[in-house]
Amino acid sequence: MNKIVVGLLFGLVLGALDGATAWFYPETRPLIGGILIGSSFKGMLVGILSGWFARKVHSTGWGIAVGSALGLLFAFFVAFMDAKSGKPHYLEIMLPGFVVGAIVGFLTQRMGAPSVLKSEAQ
Amino acid sequence: MEVSDSILEHLRQVTLLPDLSGTRYEIESEIGRGGMGVVYAARDRDLDRRVALKILEFPIAGEAQLIGRLEHPGIVPVFETGTLPDGRCFYAMKLVSGARLDRYAAEDHTLTERLRVIRRIAEAVFFAHSRGVIHRDLKPQNVMVGAFGEVYVMDWGVEAVAGTAGYRAPEPALDPLSDIYSLGALLRFLLGTPAPPALRAVAEKAMSADPQLRYQSVSALLADIDRFEQGHAVEAWSEPAWHRIRRFTSRNAVLLWLLVAYTLVKFFFFFWKKF
Repeated sequence: MNKIVVGLLFGLVLGALDGATAWFYPETRPLIGGILIGSSFKGMLVGILSGWFARKVHSTGWGIAVGSALGLLFAFFVAFMDAKSGKPHYLEIMLPGFVVGAIVGFLTQRMGAPSVLKSEAQ
Repeated sequence: MEVSDSILEHLRQVTLLPDLSGTRYEIESEIGRGGMGVVYAARDRDLDRRVALKILEFPIAGEAQLIGRLEHPGIVPVFETGTLPDGRCFYAMKLVSGARLDRYAAEDHTLTERLRVIRRIAEAVFFAHSRGVIHRDLKPQNVMVGAFGEVYVMDWGVEAVAGTAGYRAPEPALDPLSDIYSLGALLRFLLGTPAPPALRAVAEKAMSADPQLRYQSVSALLADIDRFEQGHAVEAWSEPAWHRIRRFTSRNAVLLWLLVAYTLVKFFFFFWKKF
């Protein structure tokens, strides 16, 4: 399995799990469906980009840094849209998004087959 | 020492040195002496380079040819073979500078570095086995570690050598499994104490008295060392549960810390909103 697919799968699952934690807050429970879809999609994008990065750069430290930066960035977009529709939740959305991004970045470095050089494939 | 004594000593040493007339070598100093012969540092006049010259006390025609067949970075290459005027055989080989393994082991080296050395030794032995050659006398004195970390295994496959106590397998007839026993003994020697229990188990399995209980090839031994280095369980040891957990946590420490961080963040917001 290549690293992009690994990133996609872990991003999707961890994003969904992160979104599912909204169930614990009474004010977000009615919106759980939309949050789940949005969070999974966000996780998937972070995973794909982290996986792509992991194919280019083999470094756990850089993987975590890039994953967490991507997680933070996408979580910011989500928090920004959320803020426009009512009360802002920047910290509640961005901080877990940052850590989930770091986890996805780590996993894409540790798992999945590295990219094959063209000369090797021929 | 008086002048006459020093002259006498010099004369005694000169007369003990082999007669190299008719060869392209001139002796510089004695490096080592063993049951099979003496090794000298010598100069190759034609190529103006230093070599190790091994002069054999017994006619062992096959030894140099045997080593000559083994072209491997971990095996000292033979440059030339010949016969001295007194009928003794010699062969010239690369002069390796560095420390013998017993001296190297006494120095302060990390476990990773020690495992790198045992890996290089095992790879050389594995290569020799693939060419049908067994070492027969693997011991710290027959391994050199160079100044740049290069590792050389020396004194290959002499039929007359019966091995060295502590490193020789107990079976009377030596075969590739006997070399695996010696590799286990070298691993145990290099690890010293205290050693990780998984690596101790690897050495003990390689040193099983029953050859059938040892690793059946050098590659199997190397694979178990690989497993240890990558944080996996080794075949030689059925580890207790607590050790498995410790290995898992140390192998996945970063991931576990990130999960803990995530859980803390979530708990923090949950309780913050609640109270």
